[in-house]
Amino acid sequence: MHRFANPARFLRLARPASAVCFWGGLLIAAIGLYWGVFAAPADYLQGESVRMLYIHVPTAWLSMSGYAGLAIAGFSALVWRHPLADVALLALAPVGAVFSAVCLITGSIWGRPTWGTWWVWDGRLTSMLVLFFLYLGVIALARSYDEPGRGAKMASILALLGLVNLPIIKFSVEWWNTLHQPASITLSGSSIDGSMLWPLLTSALGIGLLMASAVLMRMRALIAERKVSARLARLAAA
Amino acid sequence: MKPKSQRLFLIGAAVAALIISALLAMPALREGAAYFYAPADLAAADVEPGQPLRLGGLVEEGSVMRLPDGVTTTFRVTDRLESVPVRYSGIVPDLFREGQGVIADGRLQADGTFAAETLLAKHDENYMPPEVAEAVARAEAEAKARPAN
Repeated sequence: MHRFANPARFLRLARPASAVCFWGGLLIAAIGLYWGVFAAPADYLQGESVRMLYIHVPTAWLSMSGYAGLAIAGFSALVWRHPLADVALLALAPVGAVFSAVCLITGSIWGRPTWGTWWVWDGRLTSMLVLFFLYLGVIALARSYDEPGRGAKMASILALLGLVNLPIIKFSVEWWNTLHQPASITLSGSSIDGSMLWPLLTSALGIGLLMASAVLMRMRALIAERKVSARLARLAAA
Repeated sequence: MKPKSQRLFLIGAAVAALIISALLAMPALREGAAYFYAPADLAAADVEPGQPLRLGGLVEEGSVMRLPDGVTTTFRVTDRLESVPVRYSGIVPDLFREGQGVIADGRLQADGTFAAETLLAKHDENYMPPEVAEAVARAEAEAKARPAN
C-alpha cells in the first residue's frame, strides 16, 4: 500500500483505472439490474416487490465496505501520515453517505409493501441510520477546521471510532429480535435462489465498480485542487 | 520505538479495544435492544396485563380465523415453545399468512389474549421463484407422507 501512497504514482494509475471502473461498472450494473428487474423471476411470497433487492442489497454492502475503507484511510492518515490517505478519506465520505442514503430509502420503500411499515426502530434499521450519520459526521468534521490537515485528522479519529458500528449492523439481526430478517448469504451458503442470486451479485459488482470510479475521480479532483492552491500560495509569496 | 510504530501500536490497540468491547457489550443488551418479545420471553417475563408491548413470532398453522364482523382476525403467535392468542381488527398486511413471521403492537389482556393495535409482517431470509417454492413444498409433503423409520 505504501508504494501507492505517492500521489504522482497514484495519479498515473488512477487515471486509466477510473475510466475502466466507470465504463465497466456501467455495463455490468446495467446487465445486473436489467437481469434482476426484468428477467429474474418474482418471489413466491413477496411477488414483484422483491426486485428492490437488486439495488437495496448492493448499496447496503457497499456503504458498509465503504465505511471500512474510510476507517482504513483514517488509520493510515493517523499512523503513517500518508498525504493520499487524507485525500481518500475526504473522497470516500460523501460517496459512502449517498450509498447509505440510497440503502435506507430503498429499504423504506421495500418495507412498506412487505412489512406494512416505512420505518421501525429495530436494531438493523437504527444501526444503518447511525452509519449514515457517521458518514455525515466525518464530512462535517473534515470541513470544520480552517486548517485542512487538522480537519482530516479529526475526521480520521471519528472514522475509526465509528468502526464499531460495522459489526453492530452485521450482527444486529442475530443479537436482537428485529423486524429485518437475518442474513440470506452466509458462509454456509445462500438462501436466495440461484435465479435471483446471480443477478444480485452482478449488479453488486457493477455498482461497486461505479462506486470505485466515483471515489477515484473525487481523489483526482482533490489532488488537483490541492496542487492549485499550493501553486497559488507560492505565487502569492513570490 | 520510532514515533511511527508507536502510533501504529497505540491506534491499533485502541481500535481493537473499542471493537472487542462493543462485541462484548452489544449482545448483552439483548433485552433492552430487542424490538419485540417472543411468546416464550413473554411467558418468562411475567408481564402485567394492559402494558403496551410488541409480540413477535410465527403465525401458527391452522390458527387464523376471520370473525363474522368482517374486520377482526384472530390467530396464535408461536415461537415453537409457547404460543399466544392474538386478536386484531383491521387490514392485515399482504404477507400475513400462516407459517410466516408477524410482529404485533398491542397489549396483553387479563384473559391472556393479546389485543394487537398494529400488525407488521416479518419475512425470512429465503427468496425463491414460485416454482421452486412449490417444488420445496411438494418435497416436504412427500417426506412427511413417507413413514418415519
